[in-house]
Amino acid sequence: MTYDLSLLACTVLVAVVPLAPAGLVLMNTGLGRTRSAAHSMLASMAAIAVAALAYCILGFCWEGVAGGPVHTITIAGRPWDWLGRAPLCLRGVAAGAPWAALQVLLQVFAVGMAALIPLSAGADRWRMSASCFSTALLAGWTYPLFAHWVWGGGWLAQLGSNYGLGRGFLDAGGASTVQVVGGLTALSIVWIIGPRRGKYAEEGIAPAIPGHNIVYVLFGAFLIVPGWIALNAAGAILFAGAAPAQTALIAIDTVLCAASACLAALVITRIRFGKPDASLSANGWVSGLVASSAVCAFVSPWLAIGVGLIAGGLVTGAVELLELRMAVDDPGGAISVHAVAGIWGLLAVGFFVRGQMLAQVVGVATLLGVVLPMSYGLNWLLDRVSPQRSGREGERLGMDLHELGAGAYPEFVIHNDEFVDR
Amino acid sequence: MKLAGMLLLLAGWGIVVSAVALFAGSGTRSLFVLAGLGVELLGLVLAFRGVANRPREAK
Repeated sequence: MTYDLSLLACTVLVAVVPLAPAGLVLMNTGLGRTRSAAHSMLASMAAIAVAALAYCILGFCWEGVAGGPVHTITIAGRPWDWLGRAPLCLRGVAAGAPWAALQVLLQVFAVGMAALIPLSAGADRWRMSASCFSTALLAGWTYPLFAHWVWGGGWLAQLGSNYGLGRGFLDAGGASTVQVVGGLTALSIVWIIGPRRGKYAEEGIAPAIPGHNIVYVLFGAFLIVPGWIALNAAGAILFAGAAPAQTALIAIDTVLCAASACLAALVITRIRFGKPDASLSANGWVSGLVASSAVCAFVSPWLAIGVGLIAGGLVTGAVELLELRMAVDDPGGAISVHAVAGIWGLLAVGFFVRGQMLAQVVGVATLLGVVLPMSYGLNWLLDRVSPQRSGREGERLGMDLHELGAGAYPEFVIHNDEFVDR
Repeated sequence: MKLAGMLLLLAGWGIVVSAVALFAGSGTRSLFVLAGLGVELLGLVLAFRGVANRPREAK
């Protein structure tokens, strides 16, 4: 019996990926309120479950694998591969095709991670059943459609061969397919469900509603790292043609990007507010990881540090801009961390890889011009059928009591002023 | 305003895709791709303003 060591190494990498969503769940919960902590954890678990099923039953048939059956249209004499045509329920993934099965497995985790991003933005007010329906739309349609264009050999990946735009749109670790798609879905959700009650009063500036457990947040940020290294390395091997021998360099780039982004956020908040801000620094850390997903397989460690520094700076600015100027109430900073840093990472590939800029700009334009309106439209329709926002009572009591009937911390003494109607 | 923003986002993407498909010269193509991206950014600003200008909740 012979063993394919590359396949074995890649399988081990994919098996480590779930640590990334686990860390993200912990961060999301820590950044929310005590009275919605259990709801946040359970909704995350439900979202991952729904995403896995929706992707495997329906989503994968739109995505398929590169070289598989597809729908194409011809524009100006050139074929545009716009949709996969694999059978339902993974019937196209044969037992004798372990690499294709590994691609599916990686994406089951990846789509689960994408589904967690809107949960962070909708914390404390998004109904669990609505979040499950929304996740089904994300995993069953939005994610696979865009992932087909990038990872399934679709028209964005073909920009190089069809039109001479570098090597086509490049995204090794899912900065676009996972992070920006999740971040833009989070923005759609926040636009639809609106801010938390008491966040934007009639007069004065928006008060900060701090997270309830910064230890969860920081531990989540640590836990996320091995999962993210595995995601970047496995993604680069499976979708960007990287050799397994590149894994160590990809890991170094990933860690350097995160480290520099965290330090950038820490220094900026120290200068701006007089003391370093723990939650923004943790968000800076994750923004570095998000940006690294785009660049990890294509740049040197020095450039990765530069990319991380800019990602950390961007996130601190974007969080403030969205919250105070744009009236976007995003408790976990998910839109800034995943959408803004992801877009920066994708553009950074264009800056640092020769001849790649136009393809990267076309990819970013597609995210903003197709994924955002589509995600907003689908969730808007869903909201018409089944309201996504919890009722007034849910916000007053907290999502734990309202939807689960019990709190995450039953021994806590509840103060009356927690339930003052605001 | 938000609907107008969404329509501009789609229109901007249409310009980008048309530029890629129809222009062969890299200069013209780049110019039109950037123009499309500009239209998208305008749409994004409109969509954000549509939310930011929404009447705030009463105390």
